[in-house]
Amino acid sequence: MRTRALIRLAVILSVAGLTTAALAASADDFKAALAKAEAANKQAGALKNQWTTTKDALKAAKKAADGGKFDEAVAHANQAEALAKASIAQAEAEKTAWTAAVVR
Amino acid sequence: MLRKIFVAAVFVIGAAQPLLADNAVDPQADFKAFREYFTKRFPKVQLNDFVNGPYSMDEGLRKQWQQIEEFPPYEFAVEHGKEAFAKPFKNGKTLGDCFPNKGVGIRQNYPYFDTKSGEVITLELALNQCLEANGEKPLSYTSQDMAALTAYMAFTSRGKPFDIKIPNDPRALAAYRSGEEYFYTRRGQLNFSCASCHVQNPGGHIRTEVLAPALGILNAMPIYRSAWENMGTITRRFQTCNSQVRGVPLPGQDVLYRNVEYYLSYMGNGLPISGPGARP
Ligand code: HEC
Repeated sequence: MRTRALIRLAVILSVAGLTTAALAASADDFKAALAKAEAANKQAGALKNQWTTTKDALKAAKKAADGGKFDEAVAHANQAEALAKASIAQAEAEKTAWTAAVVR
Repeated sequence: MLRKIFVAAVFVIGAAQPLLADNAVDPQADFKAFREYFTKRFPKVQLNDFVNGPYSMDEGLRKQWQQIEEFPPYEFAVEHGKEAFAKPFKNGKTLGDCFPNKGVGIRQNYPYFDTKSGEVITLELALNQCLEANGEKPLSYTSQDMAALTAYMAFTSRGKPFDIKIPNDPRALAAYRSGEEYFYTRRGQLNFSCASCHVQNPGGHIRTEVLAPALGILNAMPIYRSAWENMGTITRRFQTCNSQVRGVPLPGQDVLYRNVEYYLSYMGNGLPISGPGARP
């Protein structure tokens, strides 16, 4: 009984989640997406491996948000986060991988 | 007292251990392998010609270069640098006072490892340290003024072989190793390392440019680039090479830039200073 209630709740929540995604994104959605992207890019900065494309996506996100286009802003922020995460993964992998390229 | 020294020694050895564990740092062996790689790959290029960067790789470009050198576009920078070197600071001293032999004919000794601060000191950094120590404003590392100073110092050192030393100090070896790592580490969205272009593809084309070989790649710095219509310092060149692969450049004279300059200059040991250079 209890489990079923939980499942029902989960279904309701996930449908609600889908609906918010389908509806226009809000300024708060943008703020949350931006914070995640900026945190990831900061981490890339600590590894001295930021990408210019992350920076560009962050700029585009802020510009869209300034113009009140939050759907677009969230999309750019999500893209920035994905790029920043890829740059972190690259830096982590290269910590050991670089030695394979050394001229010997 | 003795015990303290002993503890300190163990600590230093301990710190160096992880480096030695996987792969001993052996600059001399690296140097030999590096030079051999280029001389075997380009058997027709004279050893001392590698310092001429793209021109050593491309006959057509070389002809263009010979024309450029009839009216060297860096001449103005050398003159400007010479004047700046002699011009007294507010305190009456000059830039020349900060350097051995007034800064003349010494470019081949930079960068060096400073055992006091435990850091690599490049020429650009030493120049700004001199300005600041004398109460003057430091220069931007990508400025024409900075390029003029290094152009003058290179010009008065032409023909002198790079003579970079790596003292037997674990910190110096760590700096060298960090420079080597930076050189071979892939970065930017395009996932290229310095070596991807300058070791794996020298002589290859990127748009209209011919890639310089990494052997002797710093001997001609700074450079006048016709594409820029002005001079470029080592910092500017590194930053441009980072942006090209969609990587965010590091701040001027970041410790990694200094370390990679140390590594590459050491690889250029024995090859003559040819700067300032002129590039298409
Ligand atoms: C995508 C390829 C690419 C990568 C990666 C790259 N460079 Fe370059 N580099 C160039 C091009 C193009 C030039 C201009 C043509 C030339 O001289 O090679 C250049 C020029 C240079 C020069 C001046 C050479 C000369 O004789 O004028 C230096 C020094 C240099 N690069 C260092 C580096 C360093 C250090 C790195 C790594 C941080 C790096 N490059 C990464 C493409 C690259």
